[in-house]
Amino acid sequence: MNHYAFYLANTLLHAYPDGSLWYPSKRILCVSDLHLGKSERIARRGGILLPPYETRETLWRLEKAVAAIDPAKVICLGDSFDDLDAAKSASDETRTTLARLQTGREWVWIEGNHDPGPLDLGLGLGGSHREEFKSDPLTFRHIAQASAQDVVVGEISGHYHPKAAILGTRHRPCFLLDKARLIMPAFGTYTGGMSARQAVLANLMSTDTLAILTGKYAIPIPLAACTIR
Amino acid sequence: MEMNTLPPKFEDWFTTKGWSIHPHQVEMLARADAPSLLLIAPTGGGKTLAGFLPTLVELANDAHKGLHTLYVSPLKALAADIKRNLGTPITEMSLPIRVEDRTGDTSYTQKRRQRADPPHILLTTPESLALLISYEDAPKIFAGLRRVIVDEIHALAESKRGDQLMLALSRLQTLAPGLRRVGLSATVEDPDAIAHGMAAHPDPCPILLAHPGPNPDISMLVTTQRPPWSGGGAKYSIPAVLDLVNKHKTTLIFHNTRAQAEIYFHNLWLANDGGLPIGIHHGSLSRDQRAKVEAAMVRGDLRAIVCTGSLDLGIDWGNVDLVIQIGAPKNVKRLIQRIGRANHHYNVPSKAVLVPANRFEVVECVAALEAAKENDLDGDPKGAGPRDVLCQHILIVACSAPFDPTELFNEIRTVGAFSNLSRTAFDNCLDFCATGGYALRAYDQWKRLRELNSKWQLRDPRSAARIRMNLGTIYDIETLKVKFRRSAKSLGEVEEAFAATLTPGDTFLIGGQIVRYEALNQLTVEVSRNKGTTPKVATFFGTKFSTSTQLSQRILRMFQEDHWPDLPDHTSEWLQMQRRVSKLPEAGRILVETFPQNGRENMVVYSFAGINANRTLGLILTQRMEAAGLNPLGFVVTDYALMIWGLTAVTNMEPLFDPDNMRDGLETWLQGNAVMKRSFRMAATIAGLIERNTRGGRKSGRQATFSSDILYDTLAKYDPDHLMLQITYEEAMRGLVDFGRVEELLHRTKGRVDHVTLKRVTPLAAPLFLEPGCIPIFGDGRERLLQDRAAELMAEAGLANL
Repeated sequence: MNHYAFYLANTLLHAYPDGSLWYPSKRILCVSDLHLGKSERIARRGGILLPPYETRETLWRLEKAVAAIDPAKVICLGDSFDDLDAAKSASDETRTTLARLQTGREWVWIEGNHDPGPLDLGLGLGGSHREEFKSDPLTFRHIAQASAQDVVVGEISGHYHPKAAILGTRHRPCFLLDKARLIMPAFGTYTGGMSARQAVLANLMSTDTLAILTGKYAIPIPLAACTIR
Repeated sequence: MEMNTLPPKFEDWFTTKGWSIHPHQVEMLARADAPSLLLIAPTGGGKTLAGFLPTLVELANDAHKGLHTLYVSPLKALAADIKRNLGTPITEMSLPIRVEDRTGDTSYTQKRRQRADPPHILLTTPESLALLISYEDAPKIFAGLRRVIVDEIHALAESKRGDQLMLALSRLQTLAPGLRRVGLSATVEDPDAIAHGMAAHPDPCPILLAHPGPNPDISMLVTTQRPPWSGGGAKYSIPAVLDLVNKHKTTLIFHNTRAQAEIYFHNLWLANDGGLPIGIHHGSLSRDQRAKVEAAMVRGDLRAIVCTGSLDLGIDWGNVDLVIQIGAPKNVKRLIQRIGRANHHYNVPSKAVLVPANRFEVVECVAALEAAKENDLDGDPKGAGPRDVLCQHILIVACSAPFDPTELFNEIRTVGAFSNLSRTAFDNCLDFCATGGYALRAYDQWKRLRELNSKWQLRDPRSAARIRMNLGTIYDIETLKVKFRRSAKSLGEVEEAFAATLTPGDTFLIGGQIVRYEALNQLTVEVSRNKGTTPKVATFFGTKFSTSTQLSQRILRMFQEDHWPDLPDHTSEWLQMQRRVSKLPEAGRILVETFPQNGRENMVVYSFAGINANRTLGLILTQRMEAAGLNPLGFVVTDYALMIWGLTAVTNMEPLFDPDNMRDGLETWLQGNAVMKRSFRMAATIAGLIERNTRGGRKSGRQATFSSDILYDTLAKYDPDHLMLQITYEEAMRGLVDFGRVEELLHRTKGRVDHVTLKRVTPLAAPLFLEPGCIPIFGDGRERLLQDRAAELMAEAGLANL
């Protein structure tokens, strides 16, 4: 199998090589940090002008992931849109694709720091908007709670776009997993990343954290063995 | 016409100097009215004076007002040098002529004044000229222009700078219709090609050949100490080279890369017990430092200068009587031109010594010596005019004034390199300038031109400043300044990729001294002094020259001789050993050796196609190996061979070297390749898609690289026919990738691949293991290794059963 199966809070989960998370017993598919409309936002704010295709690209990959597994529920773990303007000005194509994906299943938009407002009602993007989502014993929220000590066991979050590598390989997006929590990689195209060995992530995770690399296969390695960048 | 003979005043001057005028100088004067004229003369043949003589004569009567002659040279230093040299006849004959230079180093006030009140003779570079023609007052500045002299045109013709210059000349020709063009060139293999590129098409361009002078005296340095197996340092040669410096007045010590020059200079000083004054000069040093060395050289204070291509061209540095070339010259033409730097006196043979840096270069040097003796010059034919330069030119023209597209098209077609440009190709470039191209038309920033009353003009006149800021076709590898902490003085520059590898405490060489890396502060590398003798980080990167095809063929022919009396013993023994355990490569065939080493299966391909073509061949072979499940992991290339290593041994060579369907899959394979990304970065920068300089300052290389890489990726994915990608592909195929050579090689050697299976590494293959710069293959082999390694790490951490 190309995915990596593990237990968090005694719950079986699958980390997929495309960066999505599968919760088999509840048939939930979770993706984080889609950052739809990113090139449009960067251009709007005076940065580099990228051809505005990455939204389509991200949605294509999401469609593929959804089609492969047919989930009952999809959770988008925050920063689904690069900002609220990007959500407001989502193209017809984006809206149609989302509507198609939402047909026959539940769809949850968790709010993120980039898209704090409600996406469901006012913006007509379907689904339901939540600050966080609990599915006992798991909690889905955008940003992990402050420190490794007071974490609720079973927290699943995104936000940091972790990446990791071992000596001699290139950095790739990864999941970070310890006994208490899971931090997910960004699913969106062009979303960059933060080295998993950086202090801000190291402070969140315990010392025996696993990095699950994405790519062709989901490959688990001890975070301590990853290169520091 | 009386103007075309030497006036008495000039004759008297020549007499008082005790000089006699060279025949080609007389000839240049006699043919001063020719619309275009190309002079080919060896260095030291009074080439520059030959070019300027008609100007001096025409200006002697004080009748001309404003700019008369524009002199363009590839080097800023050359412009300064010419200014000095012209000063002598002008002062001594009291000619009423004002000469000024205008380069990137000229002050802002000086430049402004020059536009309002141009001198009679303006000395400049192609980039400064491009900037000049972008100004609104260009028609006024150039209205009276009579002559343009392009110096060292052979050097310019090899690069896009030449294309940009010729486009600028087409503009000047329109502004000053009577303009006459003169090109000055060193000895080249194909003068007709240069003449074709220089004249206003379809004007003819007659070629004037000066007497080539006596044959140079070239030899190879043979030391008792053996050259090493690989590397470019040539440290072994230091005592012998110091000895040579001692025996000559002034020696130029040429290197192929800046990094090699730095290391050699450092080692020279460590051994320089006699305290000989030796300086260093290369393009990464700060302007101050270069100027200091140049001044010391002119005064005759230096006994030797360690240098690179930055001193390649015809600057007159006084009494150079010996040229030493460290490392194989890679290209016979360049060797001859470098040798020409010794003895700037007509009719005295130049003296040069070649120093091979490693065992294989001994062979290369001997081959180059033979070629130089036979004056067998090499070179690669140049393709059609590059469209990225054309895009930049269109923007430059638009900065100056609104233009009529048909008039501009016709003007551009007068440039030799663009004489076959189709209207469609031109319109595509114009469209790119106007909209940014299909995928990018959503953005306003790239809509830079608009049509108004059937003329094209800048959409926003303020964008002229941005366009001007990003002019030029020299694509420097991104560099960072190196400074001591709390010091304003720059020591020089290092490549950004090199800076990224440094950690505080690392020591490296710059400007001949060892410094300690402290920190990266914005765009500056902060260093401190270090007393050590051995730098920890050996080198920073540099351009690698590719050995010319002709030279490679010569080497292969040498291999087939029974014995090698011209080679030193250590080298001929090495080749004999190779012949015993395996084979020596042959022309018209490809030798392949396979053997296991260090737990990997290695395959060495002796293709002798040059480093760029070998890199491409490596990509093609590894792609085919990946498809065949042979798990290649990476490869390394030199000029003569490439070595691929992987998890599975290769047994069947035929399908790997099949010349058919080479392009299949190569495009997708190349797409993700760093070479393509680099080509794209260059083309997109030249065409104005990527701006390196902004009002807020220069973008850091990493920023720019990141942006250009994602831009490339998106365009490649969604708009693969975008003009920038067409240009990228074209360039990559030709220059960096040298696809033509690979295609030709595989067709020529079809069915003639000799496969030798061995138990261990061979003498000829051994140096490849020491070669830096491995190109990794990110395929299934690497993925499998990663999994294996991850499993090991999990086991080590006691997590194997998780």
